[in-house]
This record gives sequence, C-alpha cells and structure tokens, in this order.
Amino acid sequence: MSEMNMVQALNRAMQEEMEQDEDVVVMGEDVGEDGGVFRVTKGLHDEFGPDRVIDTPLAESGIVGTALGMAVYGMKPIAEIQFMGFSYPAFDQVISHVSRIRNRSRGEYNAPMVIRAPYGGGIHAPEHHSESTEALYAHTPGIKVVIPSGPDDAYGLLKSAIRDPDPVCFWEPKKIYRAFKEDVPNDEHTTPIGEADVKREGSDVTVVSWGAMLQEALDTADKLEGEIDVEVIDLRTISPMDMETIEESVDKTGRCVVVHEAPQTCGVGAEISARLTEDDILHLEAPVKRVTGFDTIFPMYKLEEKYLPDSFRVEKAVREVHTF
Amino acid sequence: MPRQEAFSGDIQHLQILDKDGNVDEDLEPDLSDDELRDMYWYMILGRIYDQKAIKMQRQGRLGTYAPCKGQEAAQVGSAYAMDDSDWMFPAFRETAAYFVRDYPPEKLTQFWQGDERGSAIEGQDENFMVSVPVGSQLPHAVGAAWASKKNDDNIATLVYFGDGATSEGDFHEGMNFAGAFSTPTVFLCQNNQYAISVPRDEQTGSETLAQKALAYGFDGIQVDGNDVLAMWKATKEALQKARKENEPTMIEAVTYRRGDHTTADDAERYRDEEEVEYWQERDPIDRFEAYLKEKDVADDDWFEEQKEKAKEQVNDAMETAENVEAPDIEDIFTYHFKDTPPELQDQMQHLKQLEQERDEA
Repeated sequence: MSEMNMVQALNRAMQEEMEQDEDVVVMGEDVGEDGGVFRVTKGLHDEFGPDRVIDTPLAESGIVGTALGMAVYGMKPIAEIQFMGFSYPAFDQVISHVSRIRNRSRGEYNAPMVIRAPYGGGIHAPEHHSESTEALYAHTPGIKVVIPSGPDDAYGLLKSAIRDPDPVCFWEPKKIYRAFKEDVPNDEHTTPIGEADVKREGSDVTVVSWGAMLQEALDTADKLEGEIDVEVIDLRTISPMDMETIEESVDKTGRCVVVHEAPQTCGVGAEISARLTEDDILHLEAPVKRVTGFDTIFPMYKLEEKYLPDSFRVEKAVREVHTF
Repeated sequence: MPRQEAFSGDIQHLQILDKDGNVDEDLEPDLSDDELRDMYWYMILGRIYDQKAIKMQRQGRLGTYAPCKGQEAAQVGSAYAMDDSDWMFPAFRETAAYFVRDYPPEKLTQFWQGDERGSAIEGQDENFMVSVPVGSQLPHAVGAAWASKKNDDNIATLVYFGDGATSEGDFHEGMNFAGAFSTPTVFLCQNNQYAISVPRDEQTGSETLAQKALAYGFDGIQVDGNDVLAMWKATKEALQKARKENEPTMIEAVTYRRGDHTTADDAERYRDEEEVEYWQERDPIDRFEAYLKEKDVADDDWFEEQKEKAKEQVNDAMETAENVEAPDIEDIFTYHFKDTPPELQDQMQHLKQLEQERDEA
C-alpha cells in the first residue's frame, strides 16, 4: 500500500520519469529550490540538479516557447505554469506553435511536452487564481487536455502525458491537491489518455464530470442511493474525448447531466451535450442538463461558493432529468 | 569604414541618504518640514497596516496578502512625487503608495478579504486597481499616457512593477511603445531582489534593470529604493520630464522584500537570515527617522505618536472592513456590461432561486 495525496502522486510520477529518461526536464517559475508554489516539484531540484529542474525567468510565453524548442530538439520538457490564470501570455505559443508543430512540419517535428498548471476554484485564492478555462484549450486543435480527479489517476495520467509524443495540457484541480489520499500502487502503472472512467455504476442517470467537481457528482450519487441509481463518469481526458464510454452509459440510463465549474457557454458540457444529441438522440429520454459555473468572471472568494456547482445543484439537475 | 561604436549608454545610481541616514547635502531635495513629516506618516502607516494585515491573515480574517515591508521608501517617495492629476497603475504590493494616493485602508482590506467592492475606485480617480497578472499593467499605463498626450492634458502616468515583471513580454511591449511614441510614462520598477523564490541575478543577465530603458530609447536610472529622498527626487524629475518633454523614464528602485512574497509563501525556504539582516540594517524607516531627528524635524516622541496614530487608524479600518455587509449574489453578475444581457439576467435569477430553495431545504 502506498497512500498519497495528489501532490505527492504527481511528484512521484515526475520523479520516476526523470529517473528513467534523461530527456525529461522540469521548468517553470519557482519549481527549483522552492519546489513550486504548491510543492508539486518538491525535492526534484535536490535530486536532479538545476540543469534538469529549471527555475525560469517570470515569463510564461518564454517558458512554453523554449519548452517547444527543447521538445523539437529531442527533450521532453514538463513546463509548469504557476496558475492556469497566468497561462495566457503563453497561449499564443500554445495555439500558434505547440499545437501546430507536427502539422506544419508535415510530421518532421513533434512536441513531446507537458504543460502543467493548477486550476479551478475553491481555495479562497486572489483574483486570477481560480478560473477554469479548459474549454479554451480543448477548442485548440493539436493538443491533448487532461484533468485528473484523484491521486492515482494523477500519477498514471501524468506518466502517460510525459511519455506522449504530442503536447499535453495537464490541468490539476488544486482544490483537491491535498483533500484526500488514495492508494497509488508502486508498480509504474500508467493511465491511458483518452479514456474516461466509470467511477460508480448506476442505471437511472449518467453524471459526467472531472476535476474537483467529480466529488460533487459522487456525493450526489451517494445521497440519492436507493432512490435514483446514478452512474458517475470521470471524463479524465477533455480532449480527445471518450464519447464511447459516455454513450455506452447513456444507452443504459437515457439521461445525462454534465457538471463542470467553468462557465456554461461554449463549455465542455456543451460539446458533450451536442455529441449526445447528434449521435445518441434515440437513447435520450430527457434533455442533457448542464450544472456549471455562470457566464461571469469568477468572483472573488467571498462569493466563490455561490458560483461553484455543488451537490445541491447536481441533485436538483439529476432529479429534473430523472422526472422529465 | 572601420568598426565604430554604434551606441553607448550609462546608468547612474542615486543615493541621498546613506544607510545610517546621513544626507548628501548637495543632492538634498527642497522639501518642507511638513512634507517630510507627511512622507514619514505614509511610510509608517504602510508598515503598520502590513503588520496588521499579516496577523489578520494568520487569524483567518483576511485572504492571501502581499506584504510591502521594506519597500515603504520606494513606494512613498515615488507616489509622493506625483501630482494629484497624474495616474498611478499599481501591481499588487503597493500598499503604502495607495495610502499616499488617498486610497482608504478599509477598501484595500476589503479587496484582500475577497470582496470585489474593495476594487471600486475611491480616493483619487486617477488610481488604477491592483493588477495581479505580472507586468500586464505596463501597456495600460503607456496607453493612458499616450491618450493624455493626444489631449494635451499635461499629466504623466506612473506604473509600478517588480524585478520579475521585467521578464514578461508585456514589459517589453509597453516600454517599446513608450519609446516609439514618446509617451509621458514613468516606469517604476521596485527591484525587491526576488520574484517569489527566484533571485534577481537569475531573472536576467542584465547588470542593472534600469539599463533596459536604453534599448527602448529613453533614460533609465537606478535609485537606492530604501532612501525616500532619492526616490522622491528621481521620480519628481522623471515626472517633470514626462509632462514637459513627453519623455518616458525607467526608475529601478533597489530595495528588498523583507517579508514573504505573499502570506502563502515561506521565504525561509530559499534565502538565508544573513541576507535578511543585511537589508534590515538598511531599513527605509530607520534611516529616515535618523535624518528627521538630525534635521530637527521630528523627535522620538513624535515618531511614537505617529505609530500610535497609525495603529489606531489601521485598527479602525480593519474593523470597518470586517463589519461591511456580505456581498450580494447579484455582485457576481453586475458590471460585466453596461446593460446586463438577458441570458445573464436569467442566470442571476436562477441562482437567486437556487439560494432560496437551499435556504428552504
């Protein structure tokens, strides 16, 4: 048994990959001696030294752009952006180059790199520290987008992301960085990118979620036990999306609720809803319902609990689709 | 043609008060006793607010807070040199500068307590809000200066940022626009030696930060940032040059962040006690006290009075902030547009209904 929280699991994944592959380097603001502001890279600087665990200047575009240069040269950089809210100076690099390098070079170059950042609300952080903009990245062709919801998947998915021949944006739900521990078997296992996970089986309503919101979905399923049989799916990879698992579930339940903390409009929930409508309409017995953040700027923390979906809101939606 | 020098430039360092408060009389600015006492007041108000804010954060009464201890001279000297009509664009650590610019301490507290209403501009209209994304405020200050020039308003803008910000693209783009369009902008870099854990030497290969101005075609000066007189003088001159000649200037205030980056940080992880002590000996307030005493502008009793007065004012401000009624959920939806679109109004109604159902459940 190896019980650990998400921070420890991510740390171990990087440590192992760095040990096994000299091309893997970690770079970002304060990732070195400080071990990252959430301590996700703690100890790596001591073990692998400043040449492989690199404190960069405070420049996100520089971090991601140079990581791309390293990647095309044959290295496997893990670029940490301190918070997702500060990833936008690097968005130009992501959308203009990182995501396009394989395509533009007609397969001559590829970018085996990971862009990691903590994301999401719920920790009473200052402005720009709580948003969820995974949809911006999922909307960008040529990059994969991964969001773990627990320590074991965080470990397995990060290892897969590091080994992936293509760029992966790896968004870490910081609200649950240390919220709970899980057994992360010490067997070098990986979790495949592009596969959702049925966390709990049920026959009445499918709830799809990811990141910190998964817990709200699971809590709702527990609460409704004996009354409504809820199946909970952890999407895990936002892009490419595993519709097979979702459709298989909806074929059974006929009803679907998507829960995410990002704003509703053009969110990932809209994509899931659209695909179910296009491909699975004959199995749907109710409209797909979304429980999401509002189409507003993420409020400062005195109001963040009002903004973030919780099991009260998820339960209400599940009941609505169940009785439709 | 043989090779010739195509460019040369130099960067001066300005200090007027040495670390013990001895003044260089040739450079001593012509400030009245009242002005000097005023500057001291803002410095001590900043310091005492800072202490209280950290304490409150530890008690769970304030969110994450970015301390300004050690940077009071850099902030007060520069902000005090501004005219009321000049615009200030802060980063997120400009507590003492905000106080000079009449921003009420209770509003600043409200901001750090996670309440949007703390950002509502009060005091002077010419104060911009806190800017958290590092360096992003520089182009705004340049744009505002540029507009003022187009309007012949004869004002300047002053933008605060740190050593870390000089690595960001927005720093370079803002500086370049200022040089290219000759905008009346003062770039006030508080080089406090650290961008969280990364020391200044690892941030850039440049020997000084001020020299970056030369590449954009305007002057840079390095100033002892713990010397309030030097800060005042350098900023005053830069602002005058901005207003009169539409010439930007970059000022590098060499100072030290005595506290943690924010209350979420622990600076002991990455810097040693010796270094902290070195800068403690160069404390901006101690140095200014020595000068004011030597000059017979103030004595120990007066300093003590100011400290007591500042404590009282800060305690009152904190109490006021803590007694503000909780924000309404409408605050989440308002101020996105002049007129809230129907779909946002629907979402607001939906949340209100949810809250009602939650209360009834």
